[in-house]
Amino acid sequence: MGAYFSEIFLGLKSLAIGLGITFKEFFKPVVTVPYPFETIKMSERYRGHIELIEDEDGKPKCVACGMCQRACPSGCISLASKSVAYEVEVKGEMKTKKKKVLTKYDLNFTTCSLCGQCVESCGFGAVTFSKEYNLASFNKEDFHFDLLKRLEERNS
Amino acid sequence: MSGPIHIRSDETFTLNVGPQHPATHGVLRVKMEMDGEYIVKAETVLGYIHRMHELMGENRTYPQVLPNLSRLDYLGAMGYTHAHVLAIERAASIEVPERAEYIRVLMVELNRISSHLFWFGAFVMDLGGFTPLMYAIEDREHILDLMEAVTGSRLTYCYFRFGGLYNDVDDDFINATRAVIPRLRKSLKKYDALVTGNIIFRKRLEGIGPISAEMCRKYGATGPVARGAGLDFDVRKNEPYSVYSEFDFDIPVYHECDSLARYNVRMDEMEQSLRIIEQALDKLPEGPIMPKKKPKLIKPPKGDYYQAVETARGSFGIRIVSDGTKNAYRFKLRSPTYSNMSLFDEACEGMMIMDALAMMGSLDLVIPEIDR
Amino acid sequence: MDLTIFNAVIAVVIAIAFAAANAAYLVLAERRGAGRIQRRPGPNVNLFGLLQPPADGIKLMTKQLMIPGGADKALFMVAPVLAMAPAIMSFVTIPFSNTIVAHSMNVGVLMIFAFASFGGMAILLAGWGSRNKYGVMAAVRAVSQNISYEVPMLITVITIVMMTGTMNLHEIASLQSGGFWNWNIFPVSMSDGFMLQPLMPISFLIFFICSLAETNRAPFDLGEAESELVAGFHTEYGSMGFGLFFMGEYANIVIGASLITILFLGGWGCPFGLYPGVWWFLLKIYLLIFSFIWIRWTFPRTTIYGLLNLSWKILIPISLFNLLLTAGLLKVF
Repeated sequence: MGAYFSEIFLGLKSLAIGLGITFKEFFKPVVTVPYPFETIKMSERYRGHIELIEDEDGKPKCVACGMCQRACPSGCISLASKSVAYEVEVKGEMKTKKKKVLTKYDLNFTTCSLCGQCVESCGFGAVTFSKEYNLASFNKEDFHFDLLKRLEERNS
Repeated sequence: MSGPIHIRSDETFTLNVGPQHPATHGVLRVKMEMDGEYIVKAETVLGYIHRMHELMGENRTYPQVLPNLSRLDYLGAMGYTHAHVLAIERAASIEVPERAEYIRVLMVELNRISSHLFWFGAFVMDLGGFTPLMYAIEDREHILDLMEAVTGSRLTYCYFRFGGLYNDVDDDFINATRAVIPRLRKSLKKYDALVTGNIIFRKRLEGIGPISAEMCRKYGATGPVARGAGLDFDVRKNEPYSVYSEFDFDIPVYHECDSLARYNVRMDEMEQSLRIIEQALDKLPEGPIMPKKKPKLIKPPKGDYYQAVETARGSFGIRIVSDGTKNAYRFKLRSPTYSNMSLFDEACEGMMIMDALAMMGSLDLVIPEIDR
Repeated sequence: MDLTIFNAVIAVVIAIAFAAANAAYLVLAERRGAGRIQRRPGPNVNLFGLLQPPADGIKLMTKQLMIPGGADKALFMVAPVLAMAPAIMSFVTIPFSNTIVAHSMNVGVLMIFAFASFGGMAILLAGWGSRNKYGVMAAVRAVSQNISYEVPMLITVITIVMMTGTMNLHEIASLQSGGFWNWNIFPVSMSDGFMLQPLMPISFLIFFICSLAETNRAPFDLGEAESELVAGFHTEYGSMGFGLFFMGEYANIVIGASLITILFLGGWGCPFGLYPGVWWFLLKIYLLIFSFIWIRWTFPRTTIYGLLNLSWKILIPISLFNLLLTAGLLKVF
């Protein structure tokens, strides 16, 4: 009989303790961010989709070596390049040399798994992560990014 | 309810719990043969989000598989990547700098706490209390912020590399982590008062959902499920890997075999993980995070390699059969939740559906990890 | 006041308007309250979220009413109405103040309990009629719950009826006027002579728990236990069918809170005897409703057998002893 009443009493006490905790929490300030009106700045190392980095001339640093393409587990990067002849002065005389120039750098963001292998594999520091995260669309085509075009848009 | 019940097997109906059901937290389906509220027979049906991670592991190069590993268990991703890098490092004999090892342990334990916190919230939500989930998520958010500042993402980290780490931690991270520890300790006390002591909560778990040590052995259950059944097994202690042997921590073991025991194991584990984190922060050596010598292309010599780690859900093993090329010949993942879930069919026979689903919650199932 | 048809219609219209407005804005209050308890703001866009209930209402009304194949159409359609109608009927006899009462009845208490029993029936019909296994299980649970909690609730009400000697809600509330020391909940009642009732807090507690269970509120919301039974008896209901269940639930909460206020907390009387009126009544019921919300967002759900054990092993014996002792005390003093 004693156990019966002590269980009721202890049970009621435990319930009161719980109510006390939630009552205290009721008056504490809210911790959430009203999202569309207020956004959080992403941390420095945040891994968004990738972006090309430009050099001093505003041209992409990328030399189209294709390391990122090979490192990507999902095969979502496709790039193309063409050879461009240019003249360079070597030991006082002009020589014609060939250089690869990036003509296309497409990122298929629908299959990207945001692992960052491409950025890591890049030996020239030509790709970086964007801090963009508000990516939503009804159209699948919106996630096929032409990074070269994005770079030009950023520069203009 | 304990005690024998008389089930009339001629008057049963089939209840299809899932694949879309609030209690299964994912796409697990359980076909239950019910006699009123009692379960006569249950059959779990898997495969709704099978993604062929093992096959992907055989078709991709070793570094390319890294992001896959964190997509097995989205709550405790760090531990799974840890197993992979440990296995490859041993296979290809890559030296790991000491600082990298300590940071790995730090991250894995932080991840373990965040995983247990989320489980705690989801488990109480299974029992009908919604508020603890929100408190747990708030605390977890602080851990995720810490980890995001270092790793760059919040869930699928992909932070470990063969031989070291992707990024070094800075003093900000160390100070922030030190600040979070007392906060978490305070929260754990709050959960204790709000949930663990609550009479309704205790009545729902005490003596409910028995999973005995024999059953754990039969199905290969590990982790908190086994430790709640009195089995003192933790890979961190029994087969120490990384630098775990240098830390002083206990393995909580409960012998009650009920849902409450499994709950208590996880709640105590969070406290132990905090202890490990504190020690790791104190002992953190200076130095590089990547080895000086590292093969450009990872090609482990021919052989069969197995590495087990203790993740938040139990013992996770990875078996790599290498034929000397840059792809694995066989890539086998032994996921703890798969074994833990297998015993559900047997354990829930004769239970009421409310208790069975409470027991399912105490198993801490993450469905993508079961299906792989 | 004579009960003419005109009066009756006005009373019912006011009751429906009051119930509907309460239901709509209690949903908002519940969501805001739950939000604050969980350290988040809750619906707060557009005028502190005040436009949320109309938006919800319009959304529910414009949706198509789906009737699942093989369901019992008649029962399926009648169940939501049955959930809402008795709640509105009960408002007729509740005295909001000394003058605001639609129809004061001598058996007001009895009438409210008669209508409250309909709530269980609505759930049974909804679960059965929708031809859903979860629904049927929820219906069976809800009926056993309603039956087992009506017993201690009525036994507890008898203690009040014995003390006050009437079943008229208006009279019960009038007898407690003056100050908080006159309220039925307090051990010392002095409205008509000295009366020592040390057991009334226990009666209050039992009544409070039972009214939580009768209104299917957490931690006793087994009829819609969402983690096991998806949504319980209203799994198959969409659009306004679901809306009526929702409104019925909140209307029932208002009635439960009103009943507690009248039976135990002095109705429209001020705690200090000042300015009695409808405002005190509303303040008390909303405080009680806040405590309902507060309890819901604090505790996990009980099990069905835990619930029945609580009723049959704890509440009913205690309420019976309580009744006996109260009767004895009434004889002594």
